[in-house]
Amino acid sequence: MNRTYELMFIVRPDMTEEDLDKLLSMLQSIVPASGGSIVKVDKMGKRRLAYTVKRFHEGIYVLMVIEGGGAVIHEVERRLRVTEQVIKFLTVRTDEEQKRLDKIKALRDSRKKISAQPAAPAPVAAAAEAPAVPEAPATA
Amino acid sequence: MADETKAPEQSAPSERPRNDGPRPGGDRPSGDRPRFGGGGGGRGPGGPPREGGRKFFRRKKVCKFCTEKIEDINYKDYRMLGQFVAESGKIVPRRLTGVCAPHQHRLSSAIKQARNIALLPFAGRAS
Repeated sequence: MNRTYELMFIVRPDMTEEDLDKLLSMLQSIVPASGGSIVKVDKMGKRRLAYTVKRFHEGIYVLMVIEGGGAVIHEVERRLRVTEQVIKFLTVRTDEEQKRLDKIKALRDSRKKISAQPAAPAPVAAAAEAPAVPEAPATA
Repeated sequence: MADETKAPEQSAPSERPRNDGPRPGGDRPSGDRPRFGGGGGGRGPGGPPREGGRKFFRRKKVCKFCTEKIEDINYKDYRMLGQFVAESGKIVPRRLTGVCAPHQHRLSSAIKQARNIALLPFAGRAS
């Protein structure tokens, strides 16, 4: 049941730094209480929105990476919905995708090692063949 | 409709005399035919290049994600996703960008996620 979620939310642009920190510390206390853990909190700063959300043209983006089950996300999303300063949020489950990426990375690394070994003797063989080729037209 | 009836005739000239009879009568027999053609050949109109027609040189498009070995198509990377979104905000089709099917699938879901969190517009330019 240990899943990784990415939770991105936008708060109102007129929110002060202290209020944002207060909100984040509130979330940071909720997550362990419902059985999860926070991996990362990233304040991405103010950004212009691609479209108006609740009559705001810009917002402060925050990204959180949370580990835990669905119950944690359920609780956190409920809190975000209640909080008026939060104008939009998106939760994405990332562990499956990460697993896939790790698999591809491992596969590529293993291929690299195999290709690196024959690469070393190859120039030697090419050098040995190179003088042989000009000789053939000369004799003919 | 007219194109669909033409295409099977070109691929199968032996059928032509038989099909000429019912064609002036109405559209119904020709409407039935693509169903048979679709089941047998699976070749749609415009699939095979027409012989004798003008030949266009088209550069072979390759998948950006395959060539650059980008596997992680993420919704946060809105600048990269922006390359695959038209001016109107639409997702650019594969036939124009050359992205391969598995990557287009991930790309489109990433674009939709980015739209949801206001990183990309649903319609129109990002203001």
